Amino acid sequence: MKRWAMLAAFVVVAGCLILAGARMRPFGAPRAYDMDRYFNLWSQEEVAANNVVTAIVFDYRGYDTLGEATVLFAAVIGVALILRKVKR
Amino acid sequence: MSVVVRTIARILVPIVLVFGGYVILHGHLTPGGGFQGGAVAASAVALFLVAFGVGGLKKYKGLLAALEDLGGVAFVVLAFLGIGFTFFANSLASPHAGMGGLFGAPVPPGPNPGYLNTAGTLPLMNWAVGFKVLAGLGSVMVLFGLFGDKDDR
Repeated sequence: MKRWAMLAAFVVVAGCLILAGARMRPFGAPRAYDMDRYFNLWSQEEVAANNVVTAIVFDYRGYDTLGEATVLFAAVIGVALILRKVKR
Repeated sequence: MSVVVRTIARILVPIVLVFGGYVILHGHLTPGGGFQGGAVAASAVALFLVAFGVGGLKKYKGLLAALEDLGGVAFVVLAFLGIGFTFFANSLASPHAGMGGLFGAPVPPGPNPGYLNTAGTLPLMNWAVGFKVLAGLGSVMVLFGLFGDKDDR
């Protein structure tokens, strides 16, 4: 029974992946490239940065970087909490 | 560790730290940035820990904690500087604020000429995030190193 369930799950997942792969667009031809073009054209003028990746990470998607810093802070706090000295 | 490892580490730790600083400093010009440079610099901390043990780094725990706080606070404050336009707007070098000032040299359109004095708050944010990542990863490694010790933490 368990083996049959696993086989069915495997068939379903593999079929979905094969279908998705068969319908995949050719590499380098995205469906929508308006944002790519916008970043390439405007990041130098709007953010005054030559590095488009840095312009996205620290200006357009600044909240994402803030969240990453928060995740790092939470990880440090968790480690400090687990490995603290317990007085007993 | 053996004397070979300690000698090599004594040579390599400053070089790795300087390379991490370079990656952070040029984050707005070349690939890399605050996270990457901070991780590179934290690998120097890891090398120091492997070579010399945790005893030499124990007294720097307060410095690491202060560095992490400084990085986080500086990041949020730099983001708030642009609140007149939007949160995270580049308030030092952008059309919203007017060119000039710290890191405020105009950027010529086209290929990257590599001017260091550009991009406004982005280099400062790179330094903030770099210090934060260095102090965060470093303090995690120091805490893990202290875990097995009989010393107090």
